[in-house]
Amino acid sequence: MLLLQGNEACVEGALAAGLDFYAGYPITPSTEIAELLAAKLPRQGGSFIQMEDEISAMAAVIGASLTGAKTMTATSGPGFSLKQENLGYAMYTETPCVVVNVQRGGPSTGQPTMPSQGDVMQARWGTHGDHPVIALSPSSVEETFWLTIRAMNLSEKYRTPVILLMDEVVGHMRERIEIPQDIGEVINRKKPTGDPKDYLPFKPDADLVPPMASFGEGYRFHVTGLTHDESGFPSGSNKITGELIQRLHDKIDRNYADIVQVETEHMEDAEIAVVAYGSTARSASRAVKQAREQGIKAGLFRPITIWPFPAQELKSCLAGLKHVVVAEMNLGQLILEVERQVAGAVSVGGIMRADGELITPAQILAYLQEVK
Amino acid sequence: MSGEDKYLRSNRLPHILCPGCGHGIVMGAVVRAIEKAGLDQNKTVIVSGIGCSSRLPGYMDFDTLHTTHGRALAFATGIKFAKPELNVIVVTGDGDALAIGGNHFIHSCRRNIDITTIVLNNRIYGMTSGQFSPMTPQGHLATTAPFGNVDRDFDICELSKAAGATYVARSTAYHVAQLTDLVSKAIMNKGFSVVEAVSQCPTYYGRRNKMGSAVDMMNDQKASGVTAAAAAKLTPEQMVGKYVIGELHKAEAPEYTARYHSIVDSLKDKEMK
Ligand SMILES: Cc1ncc(C[n+]2csc(CCOP(=O)(O)OP(=O)(O)O)c2C)c(N)n1
Repeated sequence: MLLLQGNEACVEGALAAGLDFYAGYPITPSTEIAELLAAKLPRQGGSFIQMEDEISAMAAVIGASLTGAKTMTATSGPGFSLKQENLGYAMYTETPCVVVNVQRGGPSTGQPTMPSQGDVMQARWGTHGDHPVIALSPSSVEETFWLTIRAMNLSEKYRTPVILLMDEVVGHMRERIEIPQDIGEVINRKKPTGDPKDYLPFKPDADLVPPMASFGEGYRFHVTGLTHDESGFPSGSNKITGELIQRLHDKIDRNYADIVQVETEHMEDAEIAVVAYGSTARSASRAVKQAREQGIKAGLFRPITIWPFPAQELKSCLAGLKHVVVAEMNLGQLILEVERQVAGAVSVGGIMRADGELITPAQILAYLQEVK
Repeated sequence: MSGEDKYLRSNRLPHILCPGCGHGIVMGAVVRAIEKAGLDQNKTVIVSGIGCSSRLPGYMDFDTLHTTHGRALAFATGIKFAKPELNVIVVTGDGDALAIGGNHFIHSCRRNIDITTIVLNNRIYGMTSGQFSPMTPQGHLATTAPFGNVDRDFDICELSKAAGATYVARSTAYHVAQLTDLVSKAIMNKGFSVVEAVSQCPTYYGRRNKMGSAVDMMNDQKASGVTAAAAAKLTPEQMVGKYVIGELHKAEAPEYTARYHSIVDSLKDKEMK
C-alpha cells in the first residue's frame, strides 16, 4: 500500500506499461511527472530529456516513437496549446504516444495552481483539421495509474496519440493505492512481417491499423504530415485524401466498444442523472448518495473515456430520466456534447464554475433538491 | 553503384524543384558525403521540416521524416536520443532552421547532440513563393519586403559557433566538391554539426532582385565565396557581400547522448554494488 499523488501514480502507470522515453517542459501542476521520470528513467536505461519548450517536447516524443520507443509527455494548459501542432502530426502519421494534460485554470497563464476542466474541448478540437481523438479522464489516484496504462495500450494498439486529461485535484491529491505485480495485458504496436522491400507503411490491416516498422530496421520508409498514400509519400489525389481522413476516423469509431468506458452509480432507476468526470465526479458521487438518502432518485453517469464521448451508454440510460445535469469546472463544455446526444429527449442543465474552486457535493445536492 | 543511384529513390523522380534551383545540387552533395562517410544506409535517418529544401528527404533512400515547419531538429533529437546508434542528418531551409525553428536550432547547438544539420540557404522563403527570411540581406526585395528588407540577416555559422556547435562549415552549390567534403566531415564529427550550403532560388529571389539566371547566381557564389586565406587579404570594404567558405569551426565537447548514457551506466554500477 502506498500513499501517492495522482501525478506520481501516472508515472508508476507509465513505467508499468513500458515507458522508454519522456520529453517535456516543466509546468504546474504537471511538473512532478517530469521530476519523477528524470530520476526513474535513467535508472532503468530509459531516456528522459527536458526540451526547450512544449513544441519540441512533443516533436521529440514522436521522433522517439518512430524508433520503436514507448513515449509520453506531460503538460498543462499553456503547454497543451503549444503541443497541438505536433499532436496533429502524431495523429496524421499514426505515431503512438501519450500526452498528459493536468488541467489548471485558463485561459492564458490563468490560475496555475487551481483546478479546472477547461481543456475538454481543446482536447477534442485543439489541433487543426478533421481528426479523431482518444482522451481519458481519471477521477482518483488509483484510476490515474490504470488509465495511464490504458492510454499507453490504446496508443500502441491503434497507432494514435492518446490524451490523459487529468485535473489539478487528481494530479496533486494523495490517496492510498495498491500497485500490483501483475498489471494485466501490456500492448505493443503491431510490427510488419513481410519483406522490407514490399513494406507499405500506411497500408492498414483489416482492423484499419497499419503495422508499424521502426527507423533503423531496414525498411527505409517515409513519414510526412502531408496527406499521403499507403506508401507514405505525399499525394495530391482527392480520393486518397478523403479515404485517409475517413480511415483515421473509422479506426477509432469502429473500435468504440473497446475504447469507451463509463462508470455509473444508481442509474438503474434514476430520474435525474448527474454527468461528471475527473475530480468533479467525486463530488457528484457523494451528492448522489446524499440525494438517495433523502429519497431523490439521482444517479451518476461518469465518462472515463471522454473522447470519443460515450454516446451509446448515455442514450441507453435515457428511458426513465426526467433530467440530466452536467457538472464541470468550466462554463459549459462537455454539456454541449451531452445536449447534442440527448437531442431534446430530456431536459439538460449545468452546474458550472470557473473560479478555481471545486464543485462541492453540497452545490450538486442543492441542485438535485431543486429539480427533483 | 554511385552514391546518386544507390541513395536516391529514383521512382520518386522527377522532383518538385524549379528549373535552376540549387537544392538538387546540395542533395547530390549530401548523398555523396554519406557514401564518403561510409554510413549504413539502413541505420541513417534524414529529417526535415517544411519548405522546398525540406522536400529533399522524400527523394533519398533512407528512413526519412518530413516533419512540421521549423521542428526538424526537435524530431531529430527524439530519434537520436532514443536510438543513439542511428546516424541522424537534418536537411532544412534558412527560414525553417532560423526563423520558426531558431530556438530549436540554438538549443541543438548547445546540447551538442550528434546530429548533422545542412542549412540550405537560398536567402528566401522559396516554398511560399518569395517572402523574406532571416537570411535575406537588408535592402533586398521580397514579396513581403516590397520596399526593401528592413530586417538584418543572421550569420548562420557565427550563430552556430556561439551557441555551441562543435563543427561549423560553409560552402555553396557552386563549390559542390568542397561542399561534399565538408558534409562528410560534419557527419564524422561526434557532436552537433552545421553546414551552411548557400543555394540559389532564381525563381523567387533572383528574379525579383535582378540577379540574372541560375548560372549568373552560381557565378556569384563562385565570386562571393572566398577561403579564409583569401579573406585575410581583403579589406572590410572588399569583404562586403562576400562570405568565407570552408571549415570555420571545430571544437571538442561532450556529446549529449554519450553523456546521458554514461550517467545511465554509472547508475547501473551503483545498483550492482
Ligand atoms: C507553422 C507554419 N507556418 C508557415 C508555414 C508556411 N511555410 C511553408 S514553407 C515556408 C518557408 C520555407 O522557407 P525556407 O525554410 O527558407 O525553405 P525553402 O522553401 O526556401 O527551401 C513557410 C513560411 C507552414 N507550413 N507552417
